[in-house]
Amino acid sequence: MNHLPTDNLLEVTALNVHFPRPKSSWFAPSEVVRAVDGVSFKIKRGTTMALVGESGSGKTTTAMAVMRLTPITSGQIQLGQTELSTLEGEDLREARRRFQIIFQDPFSSLNPRERAGAAVRAPLDLMNVGTPEERDAQVAELFKAVGLRPEQQQLFPHQFSGGQRQRINIARALATHPELVVCDEPVSALDIAIRAQILNLLVRLQRELGLTYLFISHDMAVVEHICDEIAVMYLGQIIERAPRQAFFANPLHPYSVALMSAVPTLSGGRSRASARIKLSGDPPSPINPPPGCRFSSRCPVAQPACSIQAPPLREIAPNHWVQCRRVDIIDGRIHAPLQLPPL
Amino acid sequence: MQDSLLKVQGLQVEFNSRRGKAMVLNGVDLEIHQGQTLCLVGESGCGKSMTALALLQLIPSPPGKISGGQVFFHGEDLLRATQERMQEVRGNRISMIFQEPMTSLNPVFSVGDQVAESLRLHAGLDPAAARLQAIEMLKQVGIPAPERRVDEYPHQLSGGMRQRVMIAIALACRPDILIADEPTTALDVTVQAQIFDLLRDLQRERGTAILLITHDMGAVAEMADRVMVMYAGRVIEQGNTAQVLRQAGHPYTRGLINCLPELGSSIHNERTDLAEIAGMVPSIWELSKGCAFRERCTQAMDICAHDVPPMFNMADSSPSAPHMTACWLQADQAPARGHAA
Repeated sequence: MNHLPTDNLLEVTALNVHFPRPKSSWFAPSEVVRAVDGVSFKIKRGTTMALVGESGSGKTTTAMAVMRLTPITSGQIQLGQTELSTLEGEDLREARRRFQIIFQDPFSSLNPRERAGAAVRAPLDLMNVGTPEERDAQVAELFKAVGLRPEQQQLFPHQFSGGQRQRINIARALATHPELVVCDEPVSALDIAIRAQILNLLVRLQRELGLTYLFISHDMAVVEHICDEIAVMYLGQIIERAPRQAFFANPLHPYSVALMSAVPTLSGGRSRASARIKLSGDPPSPINPPPGCRFSSRCPVAQPACSIQAPPLREIAPNHWVQCRRVDIIDGRIHAPLQLPPL
Repeated sequence: MQDSLLKVQGLQVEFNSRRGKAMVLNGVDLEIHQGQTLCLVGESGCGKSMTALALLQLIPSPPGKISGGQVFFHGEDLLRATQERMQEVRGNRISMIFQEPMTSLNPVFSVGDQVAESLRLHAGLDPAAARLQAIEMLKQVGIPAPERRVDEYPHQLSGGMRQRVMIAIALACRPDILIADEPTTALDVTVQAQIFDLLRDLQRERGTAILLITHDMGAVAEMADRVMVMYAGRVIEQGNTAQVLRQAGHPYTRGLINCLPELGSSIHNERTDLAEIAGMVPSIWELSKGCAFRERCTQAMDICAHDVPPMFNMADSSPSAPHMTACWLQADQAPARGHAA
């Protein structure tokens, strides 16, 4: 990404989020959960970057750190010209209008005693956007933009379906005209038929408003549909990062390949299931993660050297970064140690 | 074709409340054979889980009530069976695993106790023998170091391990039928793959029939022999997996398949909008006459508003692989026998 025009909206550099654990006894060594451990990425304005990984990989913690909703241990988060990681108090509150979040669960993220219109209006009041009279019109406008009827402002959250509630959440996130919208698994809790409606809405809003998305998901098919760039996380680190087509045509890291092969597809059916790359066991604990490559204990193609020293995240092709010593360039072609079975 | 293990005919479940009577299941027919996997698909609220619960008579009553139909298990109508007989069947001949492994395990008993419970209850094993058998079951479902794990409690296990324990409990008495209600929805995709592999292996070894409830069409393609699509308490399409996935007859089935983002979509073409099914599932309290899907259907006709479509045979249907759909668009086909409205 270094040699492209750098209109990056978000630049995260060497982000660490460590949580100290209470000591089990006075003399026990202090333990630290390394939830996010040295994560760096950039998102170009108007594009979507997807962070994927399994539970415990640190993708949501990364999103929370970007939103300044969790304490940051170290690292920089640059939004446009503003350094977010050091902002405090009123400055931080003022800056929040520029970055907003859509949460996963449309049921618990709305106040059950607050009418839908009031929920969407709250950020406008808090941020002093326009005059109080203009705000009514803006709320109506937002409702229309996300496909709700203006008269539905009077209803309470329980009177909406899951998909409609997620539309309210989207309207609320867009109220202050943010530049960056963090989408934390926005469609995971929705029915399949509703999922398509919300994904199409997010794509349309991005096109019309020039939004930049940081899209957190564990669903590879959804991510492939929506993202421009993808970063795969494992145990607090980004292990592969690439533009959408490059990644999905040729995933390089063995974990990325295993993750893709685990997704059941319509066309693949049982033959794909039998050709699947099987991972055994669970990821190791993020407390005192193993030295060397963190995936080496489950990696089907690990070598002894893999568990001794951690490989760096290196740029193997333009914009395609991978953290695996087994990925090679042979005769000018990238060679992945594991091949993806046919879809 | 061999005799069916479980044959359900015209199953009806109604819920009564102050708002009146709602038909949650409205004449569900299904058939499962030994060693077969039948998938029930549909959006939430279409009656998938209700069907499974009704088979085991686990519907909360009141307000629910099984108001009609027959459930033949080995030729015996379970709906006429006594409570004692049902307790012999549940967890023994027909067992069930649920979506959320944390809430379906008891946090204050060790996993070994919970696996052993059904063995002691149904197989009459003494505690020591049941414990040994429980260790053996934990081993079969792929839990490492089962001798140690048997004394651990649910909170000490990961989500995937908990679901394996649930499967061990469900399979301990070697049931004929395993009902799995969205068993992997709460799990990561690599863990889901492990659980599906495990279910397939155990099915191959033991000949267990599986009734898998899911909303994931990819899981259907991977697991199912036959598929039934449900909408608003009725079965609207059924057939072999390839028939339903490739030549779906009902606009709803086609909608469910088309609205999926597919892996590999970016490699050859640029991003296009996903196909949508407009609107949402109607409330069971607001079902009027006619086809329940018509308000979301792009091909609705006049007749759809007046009469509920009966099951029609599809062109690719055969006696060994019947493919039927309840849609007036297929009305030029012969009505399926025994399914006339």
